[in-house]
Amino acid sequence: MSRIEGVLQTLKGQGRKALIPFITAGDPHPDETVGLMHTMVDAGVDIIELGVPFSDPMADGPVIQLACERALKHGTSIRRVLAIVSEFRKTNNATPVVLMGYLNPIEAMGYEAFADAAVEAGVDGILTVDLPPEEADQIAPLFAQRGLDPIFLLAPTTTDDRIRAIADHSSGYVYYVSFNGVTGAAKINVDEVAAKVDHIHKLTALPVGVGFGIRDAETAAAVGRVSDGVIVGSVLVDTIARNQTDIDALKRALTDLLNPMREALDSLAS
Amino acid sequence: MSVKLTEEMLTALPDARGHFGAFGGRFVSETLMDSLMTLEREYLRLKKDPEFQATFDKDLADYVGRPSPLYFAERLTRETGGAQIWLKREDLNHTGAHKVNNTIGQALLASFLGKKRIIAETGAGQHGVATATVCARLGLECHVFMGAEDVQRQSLNVYRMKLLGAKVHAVESGSRTLKDAMNDAMRDWVTNVDDTFYIIGTVAGPHPYPLLVRDFQSVIGRETRSQSLEKTGKLPDALVACVGGGSNAIGMFYPFLTDESVQLYGVEAGGLGIETGQHAAPLCAGRPGVLHGNRTYLMEDEDGQIAGTHSVSAGLDYPGVGPEHSWLKDIGRANYVSVTDDEALQAFRMLTLVEGIMPALETAHAVAYAVKLAATMDKDQMVVINISGRGDKDIHTIAQLDGIEL
Ligand SMILES: Cc1ncc(COP(=O)(O)O)c(C=O)c1O
Repeated sequence: MSRIEGVLQTLKGQGRKALIPFITAGDPHPDETVGLMHTMVDAGVDIIELGVPFSDPMADGPVIQLACERALKHGTSIRRVLAIVSEFRKTNNATPVVLMGYLNPIEAMGYEAFADAAVEAGVDGILTVDLPPEEADQIAPLFAQRGLDPIFLLAPTTTDDRIRAIADHSSGYVYYVSFNGVTGAAKINVDEVAAKVDHIHKLTALPVGVGFGIRDAETAAAVGRVSDGVIVGSVLVDTIARNQTDIDALKRALTDLLNPMREALDSLAS
Repeated sequence: MSVKLTEEMLTALPDARGHFGAFGGRFVSETLMDSLMTLEREYLRLKKDPEFQATFDKDLADYVGRPSPLYFAERLTRETGGAQIWLKREDLNHTGAHKVNNTIGQALLASFLGKKRIIAETGAGQHGVATATVCARLGLECHVFMGAEDVQRQSLNVYRMKLLGAKVHAVESGSRTLKDAMNDAMRDWVTNVDDTFYIIGTVAGPHPYPLLVRDFQSVIGRETRSQSLEKTGKLPDALVACVGGGSNAIGMFYPFLTDESVQLYGVEAGGLGIETGQHAAPLCAGRPGVLHGNRTYLMEDEDGQIAGTHSVSAGLDYPGVGPEHSWLKDIGRANYVSVTDDEALQAFRMLTLVEGIMPALETAHAVAYAVKLAATMDKDQMVVINISGRGDKDIHTIAQLDGIEL
């Protein structure tokens, strides 16, 4: 069983929902990322999605675009991101880490070299925004052989046939994008999300995480009620942007954001 | 390596997943997949629909003014002292470039799909103008994304788009040029996918765009083929076209791919010189990667981050290229070369003074290379240059280089 499956099963047994933060690796500086990861674990998160910075993040809004720019300015290459995960693993062997990014840095490194290095570093899952399962036929077996969970996106526009096919190619969890748009937009409609996630649950046994548009305890609870986990990104990245120069203040601010979300999710526990 | 291409090989490409050999494909976020698959299905149906094709042909004739002439540049030929140089006059199209062939086709597709809101990216502004034009004609809402730097250097076209009723969005992110305009157009599309049709301006992007843009632009090569046979009794020996994303080049090349005797030359922007790294020549100096929905040759750093580009011409200032060109390069069917900013500027002046035809700075790259090439060829041979657009939009850039305030 992969680390991701283990964590999600345990949560399910407890009737609890996963809290999954996203931050861009290397933002505000690659030397700080491991510390921020530990801070988030202390605040009660279950799985960490770590963004691999890319020069042209087409699916992201301005908040994460700027995070990529800050990270790249300090030389946060994909190899550096893997080194960050290795460093994190020295003191944390429990919290799953999912790398989320775009395909080109992986292409440039080479599929096999990347898959090897990811396992070596202690990465658990890979979510590549611009890689639909149709184009993953070369890389997917490399992930499978190494026990890396490929995590694919589902969207409001995804048809039932595709939901089934994508779930077949996924392990760990599937990531439902709550609305048509880029990260950081604020247009989540909880009723629509509830209906769609309900429907997805009928088509696959995999846990469903929901991301995009979750920014506080209230939206986390509303979405947590209907899903297996919530992914929180832009609001954290925005907090990083606003506290770039004072890392202690930044850690406090992240904790202050995540604590109420954790409590709100746990108050749903049945 | 060079492969003899046959009709069967060509009709098999792109394959069902939009691949040209190792290139092309559909690398987009899930939200867009359904729209792209619908577009593919509808396009493949309409491609065979006589009514759709008849409407397209009629618009090209009556609205664009096709066929565009194939003109013998007698004086340029004499000055060059080599092969006969002929010009395929896409600059005479309505709106002044080849871009309109494609926007007519895609706007027609949008109408068949019932989409009322159109978005487009633009570099030089020619595709933006051509999109705004067809939107004005069809009464469609039009949003054009343009890098803030290009808004500056192509201000004339920005104003043209505004007069045509389009909203121009200046893109401030990244390098503030064409690739960033395309990023923001994709972001808009993901957000408004239900009611919006994205008219991509070149043979790049996810499948089926490289296919359908190539089909719409192939009218250039088909006309060139028949005009050449009619006027000279033979096929040209060489075709030369500039390559930004590669739409005017593929439009010219495609109908000649199985004619082995016809040499194909795609001319990329060499900027300050390939050796300086300040250029926009992914086929000459890049390597394969994935950007904007397809796998193709790219300019990137070691870590797979997209590299900055430089060209005096906004329309060539792009780090990628259409996937079919990547394939043609790898199988050795087409040659990809580059000329520098300075060579292009000289060619701009030369064609203007010698033939009274002022080419776009993009086009001037093709002219510069063709003149060098023709000089090495026999007098009874024939080179055709795709004059992809006219140079009015670049007059400010030229004047500025001359130190003149207009
Ligand atoms: C006149 C002209 N030629 C060429 C190009 C380059 O595009 P493509 O390579 O798709 O033909 C442009 C793009 O703006 C253009 O305006």
